[in-house]
Amino acid sequence: MTPAEIRDAITDILATIAPDDNVEEIRDDVEFREQLELDSMDFLDIVMELRKRFRIQVPEEDYPQLVSMSSTVAYLVPRMNEH
Amino acid sequence: MAHFDAIIIGAGMSGLAAGIRAAYYEKKVCILERHYTIGGLNSFYRLRKRDYDVGLHAVTNYTPKGTKHGPLARLLRQLRFRWDEFDLAQQNYSAVQFPDKQLKFSNDFELLRSEIAKEFPDQIDNFEQLLTELIDYDDLAPEHFNTDTRAWLSNIISDPQLVEMILCPVMWYGNAREHDMDLGQFCIMFRSLFLEGFARPFEGVRLILRKLVKKFRELGGELKLRHGVSKIEVENGTAHGVVLDDGTQLTADTVLSSAGVVETMRLCGQEDNTQIDTVGHMSFIESVATLDCEPKDLGHDATIVFFNDSDTFHWERPRDHLCDIRTGVICSPNNYQYDSSLGSLPDGVMRITAIADYDRWNKLSDSAYQSAKTEWQQKAIDSAIRFVPDYQSQIIDTDMFTPTTIRKFTWHDNGAVYGATKKWFSGQSGVKNLYLCGTDQGYVGIVGSIVSGIMIANQYVLQ
Repeated sequence: MTPAEIRDAITDILATIAPDDNVEEIRDDVEFREQLELDSMDFLDIVMELRKRFRIQVPEEDYPQLVSMSSTVAYLVPRMNEH
Repeated sequence: MAHFDAIIIGAGMSGLAAGIRAAYYEKKVCILERHYTIGGLNSFYRLRKRDYDVGLHAVTNYTPKGTKHGPLARLLRQLRFRWDEFDLAQQNYSAVQFPDKQLKFSNDFELLRSEIAKEFPDQIDNFEQLLTELIDYDDLAPEHFNTDTRAWLSNIISDPQLVEMILCPVMWYGNAREHDMDLGQFCIMFRSLFLEGFARPFEGVRLILRKLVKKFRELGGELKLRHGVSKIEVENGTAHGVVLDDGTQLTADTVLSSAGVVETMRLCGQEDNTQIDTVGHMSFIESVATLDCEPKDLGHDATIVFFNDSDTFHWERPRDHLCDIRTGVICSPNNYQYDSSLGSLPDGVMRITAIADYDRWNKLSDSAYQSAKTEWQQKAIDSAIRFVPDYQSQIIDTDMFTPTTIRKFTWHDNGAVYGATKKWFSGQSGVKNLYLCGTDQGYVGIVGSIVSGIMIANQYVLQ
């Protein structure tokens, strides 16, 4: 998957998790939690959706890398392309 | 032998919610329920062509569509429901009614504020202080659940009458302890009742339950009714599965139980004295009267009335009688703001709830039980009509349940509606791979138990 496709996939996941938020206007370099009303349960869902849709396991120690759109895309690029 | 990722004991709100979370993320889940129907403490039934709700007086924690914070918004997101799907109509208003004072409250907090200003003008500042000191959901810590509320509240509110009037609806809503309550619980419930509010689907609790079951099944979850669990198989301190009433064995990586902490430990063969001490004793009778008119036609438009017939509120299991009718709850499910396109509920309904002692009811012979029901139904109505219009000549049908009814259909010890006096917030049972959800994990009510199921599934089935 290209970075742009990965970004779309994450936007899709965020739209599932936070349906009332405007995910189309997410700013890539700002932390998710500053733009969306995500609590810890929602955050767990991002990880769970990645597993469900793309079979990617994110270990707990890597959670801090999923803090913003750009960091999440950067984290996933090498991992998505292993599948 | 069938193997599952998770077995969930109990198809009540918490079990169904936990099941949805697990099934959504592709876990192989089986919910086992001993009763022939779903819902547990919040169930429904049909009698003589009328639909009745068990447990539901209101869905609490009401917040409007579009709200992002709070337990209702959270559970809708987590279970992937749209706000509209629960069809929540708001209450008209409710009231705390003591002999000389009344405090009305509604989903608009300003009503309660103005009532406090009217009835307790010298407590206005104290009441505002109370609001600033209430601990928010995400800030609650273990020590709050070991702090007693009466003393804490009396330090802020200096009029004892107002302390009693605040505690009355909050304890009725869901206090498993007698006399006093945990501060953490108080904060949760104060928010749920007063800062959020009440609502009800037009069809009652069955709407919510049907939606939960439908989603669970669509996600591939298995729901087995009439499949009671006799035993949880534990080896070397680890749960491996269950044995059903008919002897069938099922294995699982994880077992979640909404049966209650004492009941669950009994299923493991590990009931010990410390847990028995915490078993709850707060149970109730409820008399439901069907009327040939709407309550509002009699001048009664309040949704729920919490009454107390003296200045002091007593929250305790009855010691000398089958029931204690000094305090009670009067609920009129008609008095919600249902969409006008839906019309009115099929019948006018008045429900009276009073505190009752399971042990005394349980000891009655069959004939004594029937006459006690008749006697206490009348006493409960006599008590209630001191606070609401007398509706007796409008009654066309009645039904009544007692603590033994609750016990019979939910298998919760003592028919204890609010569960054990000590809650198990971590959900950990002490047995590996066995976790508790529902009322004894810590949250009561429809929203509370759904959130409990979600949290426990997230923590222990998904991670």
